[in-house]
Amino acid sequence: MKVTADIAIRIADLTKVIIPEAEMDAYLEHYNKVFDYADELQKLDTENVEPTTYILPIYNAFREDVALEGVSQEVALKDAPAVHNGGFKVPRVME
Amino acid sequence: MDLFKYTAHELHEKFVNKEITAVELTNCVYDRIAEVDEQVNAYISLSKEEALAQAAKVDEKIAAGEAIAPLAGIPVVFKDNININGQVTSCASKMLAGVHTVFDAHVTENLRKEDAVFLGKANMAEFSIGNTTDNSFYGAAHNPWNLNCTTGGCATAAAVAAGEAIWALASDTSGDLRQPAAYAGCVGIKPTYGRVSRLGLAAYASSMDQIGAVTKDVTDAATVLNVICGKDFRDSTSWEVETPDFTKALVADVKGLRIGVPKEYFGANVDAKIKAEVEKAIEQYKAMGAEIVEVSLPHTAYAVKAFYVIANGEAGANFARYDGVRYGYRNMEAQSASEMTARSRDEGFGEEVKLRLMFGTHVLSKGYYENYYVRAMKVRTLIRNDFEEAFKQCDVLLTPTTPVLAEAYNTEMDAFAKYELDFTTVTANLAGLPAITVPCGMVDGMPVGMQLIGKVLDEATILKAAYTFEQATDFHKAMAPLGGNK
Repeated sequence: MKVTADIAIRIADLTKVIIPEAEMDAYLEHYNKVFDYADELQKLDTENVEPTTYILPIYNAFREDVALEGVSQEVALKDAPAVHNGGFKVPRVME
Repeated sequence: MDLFKYTAHELHEKFVNKEITAVELTNCVYDRIAEVDEQVNAYISLSKEEALAQAAKVDEKIAAGEAIAPLAGIPVVFKDNININGQVTSCASKMLAGVHTVFDAHVTENLRKEDAVFLGKANMAEFSIGNTTDNSFYGAAHNPWNLNCTTGGCATAAAVAAGEAIWALASDTSGDLRQPAAYAGCVGIKPTYGRVSRLGLAAYASSMDQIGAVTKDVTDAATVLNVICGKDFRDSTSWEVETPDFTKALVADVKGLRIGVPKEYFGANVDAKIKAEVEKAIEQYKAMGAEIVEVSLPHTAYAVKAFYVIANGEAGANFARYDGVRYGYRNMEAQSASEMTARSRDEGFGEEVKLRLMFGTHVLSKGYYENYYVRAMKVRTLIRNDFEEAFKQCDVLLTPTTPVLAEAYNTEMDAFAKYELDFTTVTANLAGLPAITVPCGMVDGMPVGMQLIGKVLDEATILKAAYTFEQATDFHKAMAPLGGNK
């Protein structure tokens, strides 16, 4: 098995999702199959091939540097889960 | 009168001739929704009040003798990942349930200028991830041709086929516009990547997401493209190219057109009954004067795997915005910001979405990036090269749109076999090419779709080829029976 529990926990932390301990074995079994699936790509010789990021021949996109109307504070806060003093309220950031 | 059975261009004529009003039509479509949506579950939300106001405005213009735009007063459903200012865009996820959009998508702005009527938002696979709607937070949608069967990755085409909308605006990242259109017997067009602004489309895989249209016929598809295409400086991948009048391509003539048939799309992994229907369509083209050329796209077998790595990598980055801070689902018990983000994402996303985001983050991380992500982007180049070579021998490519019919809900299928069902459509996303699906037959009471893939920016040729076939056949006129038991 390529991906171990240690690696999965580290990636879950980076992704900001949680793998419950009780489900770890089943999760790893499927997750490793996902890697086996992606590993099919290793069969191709890509040695001298350039990667395609975007298909467009666009490298930079510019517009006139003028101010445009943005979203008001009131509208931006409308669906906020918690608000304090006109800002987004979150639990403490420093541990 | 069952006005919901007509196409947009037929209804436009009826407005102009003062046979019907836009308010009548809108009410008729909402009545139909009330009648059948409990079975189909195509809609996540409705906006009847706004729709009737839009319709009344069109009626006033007609009454005042003003000219109206081709899509004015025509009721359209939006896939629920495209913004309508002030309405909820849920992406069929608990994460965004009840979250109101604060701006219009570029396509929405364009349709407002046309005086189109916005019916509401359609059900979909959660964040477009998956090729059925099983993982929608709002429950799975059902195919109006057989309610036991899936609609594919989005319910927009199901809504159109069930008479719950005249046409639909949808997105296509791996075929999630064309596959549902084929499953529902509709026309579906994905323009060239960059033709339509992605502003206001919830991002999944940004290098492949593209907005297109699901319609009842090719004429409506061309009409919609005229409205939604064009440069938008707010999308850095919006292509500054001329938008032609696509309706000029609606000419029934394929004499001398070279149609490439890629052998990889007619293998053992495609249902023999679907192949037989598509082969009949090929014969029809031959009889109409087209030249059929056998071509090869040798890297097709790797397309979904490359897509899986690239799309999930892009999603891993795009979905970082869903952190429970500014909008969307939040776990209110967490004691720290970090815990809040992890628990909110864990509870807000469905299982398949979480798995994909994990994998996407994984392939972008140190030690995996080169071997997975960069390799997949190189395979993407090989797939593009395949198309470039094929298009030296032909003007368009013809394939089945899907390798199977819309599956029954009780079909047991391995997760990876299910991913692979996208192989017929995903190549056009990887290469950024325009592609259209048109109904070309029926098998076991279910519609079969044929796909035409064009060269970059050459929507005109696929529209012309699709239109020619449509004019010679009646498949697009069939109405879904709402059969079977949900």
